Amino acid sequence: MHPVREKAQLSPNVTRLVVEAPRIAQIRQPGQFVIVHLGPGAERIPLTIADGDAEAGTIALVIQSVGKSTGDLVALEVGESIADIAGPLGRPTELIESGHAICVGGGVGTAVVHPIAQGLAAKGVRVTSIIGGRSREWVIYEDELRRYGDVIVCTDDGSYGRHGFVTDALKDALETGGVDEIYAVGPVPMMKAVSALTEPYGIPTLASLNAIMLDGTGMCGGCRVQVGGKTVYACVDGPEFDAHKVDFRELADRLSTYRTFEQAALERQQQIHVRKMAELAGTAPEAEVGADAPAADASALQEASR
Amino acid sequence: MSEPLEPTVPSARAGAGHQAEAGAPLPPHVPGDPTTAPPTNRERMAIDRVGMPERPAEIRARDFAEVNLGYTETLAFLEADRCLQCKNPTCMDGCPVRVDIPGFIKLLQEGDVRGAARSMLTDNALPCVTGRVCPQEIQCEGRCIRAKKGPAVAIGALERFVADWANTHEGAIVLDVHEPTGRKVAIVGSGPAGLTAAGELVALGHDVTIFEAFHAPGGVLIYGIPEFRLPKDIVQQEVDRLVARGAKIETNAIIGKTWTLGELRERFDAVFIAVGAGLPVFMNVPGENLKGVYSANEYLTRVNLMGAWSGRTDTPVLHGQRVAVVGGGNVAMDSVRTAMRMGAATSTIVYRRGKEELPARVEEVHHAEQEGVIFEMLTAPVEVLGDENGWVTGLKCIRMELGEPDDSGRRRPNPIPDSEFVIETDMVVVAIGTRSNPLLTATAPELKISKYGYIETDEKGMTSMPGVFAGGDIVRGAATVILAMGDGKNAAHAIDEYLLAQVGTPA
Repeated sequence: MHPVREKAQLSPNVTRLVVEAPRIAQIRQPGQFVIVHLGPGAERIPLTIADGDAEAGTIALVIQSVGKSTGDLVALEVGESIADIAGPLGRPTELIESGHAICVGGGVGTAVVHPIAQGLAAKGVRVTSIIGGRSREWVIYEDELRRYGDVIVCTDDGSYGRHGFVTDALKDALETGGVDEIYAVGPVPMMKAVSALTEPYGIPTLASLNAIMLDGTGMCGGCRVQVGGKTVYACVDGPEFDAHKVDFRELADRLSTYRTFEQAALERQQQIHVRKMAELAGTAPEAEVGADAPAADASALQEASR
Repeated sequence: MSEPLEPTVPSARAGAGHQAEAGAPLPPHVPGDPTTAPPTNRERMAIDRVGMPERPAEIRARDFAEVNLGYTETLAFLEADRCLQCKNPTCMDGCPVRVDIPGFIKLLQEGDVRGAARSMLTDNALPCVTGRVCPQEIQCEGRCIRAKKGPAVAIGALERFVADWANTHEGAIVLDVHEPTGRKVAIVGSGPAGLTAAGELVALGHDVTIFEAFHAPGGVLIYGIPEFRLPKDIVQQEVDRLVARGAKIETNAIIGKTWTLGELRERFDAVFIAVGAGLPVFMNVPGENLKGVYSANEYLTRVNLMGAWSGRTDTPVLHGQRVAVVGGGNVAMDSVRTAMRMGAATSTIVYRRGKEELPARVEEVHHAEQEGVIFEMLTAPVEVLGDENGWVTGLKCIRMELGEPDDSGRRRPNPIPDSEFVIETDMVVVAIGTRSNPLLTATAPELKISKYGYIETDEKGMTSMPGVFAGGDIVRGAATVILAMGDGKNAAHAIDEYLLAQVGTPA
């Protein structure tokens, strides 16, 4: 069991949990992830280790609540526990030894960029972080990243920092020159755009791929993705790859496999929640959600799966 | 196959345990009752093999409850009576864990189920499993002398009966446990090889810790083999029995990541690597990364380990309506029958050789046929077809014909020119085998491996690292549960020998 030690809301749908995982805290390296399994019946979810404290025996997980499984995780309170955390998984980031690196983080990916910036700074590499969000409240990890170098914040609506996308700021930096390596973590369209932008400059660019995974050890093949025309596994061969060679279209496509299923699961969860609230208030609606009869549930799932 | 039986069938042993009361003639034979007259060999030969009771195909093909129901005590005693108690039995030679088959059946003939269970558990740490998943027809039952004339004794069904009895009579059987040796053994992987080795090693008094990468122990027994063939609570009971005997299990421990092999070797007096051959093999044809193409590992893990079969867990799985499963082994049969139960209208096996060559257990093929699975034999996929949204729509295949035998002795399938056709499908499961996972070996360069990544061992199962043993699929390549168990048992005894040879060194 892995008790939650600290909990913080970083943005409207991003939460940081600091959990006990002494062994992982001791040996984790930048770029590595864990598989988290809340308990019986829960999904196994890959989450990048955003930070860690070997002495305290804790790691930080930054979770974007997008569905039932992530919703259940962020609903944990301090003192409650995650049943299973396995790792550290994946190959550590290949950090450059000197020069100037730009770390580009979009949304929750900014938390993933954090240990990379940390690792680079520890090697004496000059780090510039370019991070973005929809608006001010969606920007995370700004203060933490400032410890390792300059930070350029971009917001889509201009409510904070620079008005525009991270790629706009990155383009300026590339024009200025003197960039040796780029690390990009964020939504697939962002990483794809970063990759397209840096390729003409010939600057090595790594992207961290958030593929669908079950075991995280190469066993299921669910995270397969094409890099340079070759099928590789994000879990064991990555999660970071040469962005210029990644087939982002296929990655985005595969990530959508369970989208309808996830939406259905979330709606079901919300209906159950509404029903519970109504029951508590003594105004239970009549079988609106049903008593969650397994048959009804199964057919809903079946529908949802395609 | 029809040579006369008499010379090979001694009658002296049969019924040896039946006790006659002095002088009085025994009442007529009642199966399982030692106070009645034992049957003659002629009478034993006259009994028809007792079929395994199973649920009707049209019902079971739509749910996940177990297909086979198991013998009742009456049926088990009747079937046990078919065993001739041969003087030189050969059935045991077909068993990789060398269960004392005539011994436990003799106890059944005498009505001593408890004794039979005790005998079974002494030889076999996972009898509930092997009684359900072993290919008995090519092992014990394939060597049964009685089978020279008529069907073999249903050894697998009897094993299952005895094992299930033990599970429902908790505490009825106390197994001998050696006094603690103070030696610590690490087992990497909690599949059939690891669990079997653990059972043997705890019985020998060693302090055993099993490391499992997943959140639950059992390996292929829980992620791979479906509920309808091997209920998960039965696997859990077998695991619980090991834990009750002192084995410790650390889940979420990935050797090669969480700990290296070297670190384990420092903490333990010996290590047994039984991680299986975990990586899925894909077909390497265009379209294989389309949505709706699963490795059998992924499909079965979602349905079994993650519980998608129940419809009550959070892990999603696609419910294909027209499913094609590529491959002809047990994993392919498990996948195709699972798809049926998950609501598929059609579920098809696509295999490049013929029905005769299907490597799956005879019973699995038979059950699949009963359940309405379609078999496209002599057919090989050449491309997965998809729509503009990246979803599978079809499997383009080519017809094959069998040519000359290849290295494996099986006739090589050759494509028939211009015979391509399309199987319309919305889900494809690839079940054409697995290969070694480099996760552990990559962090142990001193471990000698083959060019395919399998761990090399000596005849005792010891690797190039002293005190580190290996067995199961990670040594032999993808094989069966029982062969892995045989490796686990052999390695456990080799480890015991190795540890004894270290006597004098502080524990």
